[in-house]
Amino acid sequence: MDLSFVILVEIFYAVASLALISAGLAVVFGMMKVINLAHGEFMMMGGYATITAVQLGVNVFVAMLIIAPLIVGLIGLVVERLVIRHLYGRLVDTMLATWGLSLFFIGMATMIFGNTTTSITTPITGFAVGDYQINGYNFFIFFVSAVLLISMYVLLKTTRLGLIARGTMQRSDIAAALGYSPDRIYMATFFCGSALSGLAGAVLAPLVGLVPTSGGAYIAKAFITVIAGGPSLIVGLISSSSLFGVVNQIFTFGISPVFGDVALLIAAVILLRLLPQGVTGKFFKGKM
Amino acid sequence: MSRSWGRQDAATIVAAIVLIWLMPLLISTYTLTVLVIYGMLALSLGLIWGFGGILCFGQAAFFGLGAYTYAIAAINVGESTLPMILAVFVPALFAALLGAMMFYGRLTDVYLGVITLVVTLILFKFVNSSAGPQYVIGEARLGGFNGIPGFHTLNIPGQPDEYIWGDALYYVCAVALLAVYFLVTWLLRSSFGRIAIGIRENETRVSLMGYDVRARKTILFAIGAAIAGLAGALFANWGEIVTPGLFSLGQSAEIIIWCIVGGLGTRLGPIIGAAGLAYLKFLLGQQSLIDNTLIMGIILVLFVLFLPKGIVPAVASLWKASFGRRSGRKSARRRHMRRVDSANG
Repeated sequence: MDLSFVILVEIFYAVASLALISAGLAVVFGMMKVINLAHGEFMMMGGYATITAVQLGVNVFVAMLIIAPLIVGLIGLVVERLVIRHLYGRLVDTMLATWGLSLFFIGMATMIFGNTTTSITTPITGFAVGDYQINGYNFFIFFVSAVLLISMYVLLKTTRLGLIARGTMQRSDIAAALGYSPDRIYMATFFCGSALSGLAGAVLAPLVGLVPTSGGAYIAKAFITVIAGGPSLIVGLISSSSLFGVVNQIFTFGISPVFGDVALLIAAVILLRLLPQGVTGKFFKGKM
Repeated sequence: MSRSWGRQDAATIVAAIVLIWLMPLLISTYTLTVLVIYGMLALSLGLIWGFGGILCFGQAAFFGLGAYTYAIAAINVGESTLPMILAVFVPALFAALLGAMMFYGRLTDVYLGVITLVVTLILFKFVNSSAGPQYVIGEARLGGFNGIPGFHTLNIPGQPDEYIWGDALYYVCAVALLAVYFLVTWLLRSSFGRIAIGIRENETRVSLMGYDVRARKTILFAIGAAIAGLAGALFANWGEIVTPGLFSLGQSAEIIIWCIVGGLGTRLGPIIGAAGLAYLKFLLGQQSLIDNTLIMGIILVLFVLFLPKGIVPAVASLWKASFGRRSGRKSARRRHMRRVDSANG
């Protein structure tokens, strides 16, 4: 009984963290069609921003939920203006340029923070269920990603801003003819996507020891989640992260954490082979 | 037409021999060997990406697979001829299976990139966690994060005690690169290569002409993997140890950077890009002021923004602009052929 509760919590945590990792990429790649291979490094910088802010005496939740997204969003803004802006519509080139950016950020972080592991303690203590100890922070992650997905849905679906953004991504020329500047909207969307990546990195920072190359651990998972999700942003994100999260946890508990990761990746390869348009390319068509 | 090709080939051979002979005077053969191996690795991606239009994010997987195959087979066999052959065929077979799965599923660009990336990650994670004594192939322990040291290195075929190392290994690698270069050249001139380029340009049209695009892409992918596997085996001989780092994303990234910087759609570009950047990295590694990765990143971003075609095509067009104006029918024909050549590769 206790064990099944623990497993349930772990599955929810796995799903939530996958959704959280992928949210920023879903905006940048899913909406803007920019293959951001520096996504993992944006998360890494979010983590470093949090840790630095906490060490300077800022409250940990303020650091995670406000400071880190802002800083990473601003970095994203600079990157968009300097590099990405020139490459919209050139899929492979964005991929290569962002790969270069990711190497650049890794090098930067190595020079500033050194090639050592930094970490902060989790701000929420755990509690016991029967013989097992559960990390209370898991619930916080679940809460954050639920709030995030709901607010993304509301923002994109019901507000005028979301409508303009979605319209511009579909037909930027029409949006321009209607008097909106695609350039600015792209800029703002990239800012939001980077800020989301920064938030994800910040929220996950207390759980992992941070090194400059931490980003590499996220990037593949984020990509397969977004691509397997398919064209519908939020529904795709939820369905693919649920699928992969469950697969991951079943194999983690059944065999070992490494096999959990390997099983997730194999599941992704099989899924993409069967449904090359992603889950929402086949099911839940036309949803947001 | 064939005579002009022959002359070009002869010139290439002479230039290559002079280079192979002269370079050790400038750089130590130990460094040169790895530059040559990287050149071969870059050429393998240059073939499938630049001429076949298949952007593989996991070329390092075949490189690593070649190296591991060699190491494992060498420990079990105790000499190097059979392991070398296996190191070419195992990655090719693996790539053929993977490629068949992808191309017969009609997966394209982004999905292709993601799947090859994911497969590389799977291999990396698996090999990285294979430290326990239960992971044994024959007499070879996979060794997990520490890799496999102490296998039998390259020897003269049939004489297991006559090791090829040091300067000799450099000459073997250089000649192997030259052989691979001509293999690629021959392949691209054959009808298979021309159709591969056709597929890169317009897949639908080629398939409507009745060619089996899926099978051809799979075969090209496997050939690229075989070359990468050979490079991996030579690398294992050079380093005398194989580690999971060979499968890493960083390694895959570097191969792509080499191709972009050197120039896609050329045979020489990837080789020059690889050797040049690897040597630059070697030089940068001797200082600690600026992080290595940072500079590689900046180089890649700058090239994508300002010189997306790469060094070799840029230099070639510069050369053509300054020395290309000759009169007469013969040179006009030659110019035309050069244009066809540069369009084809």
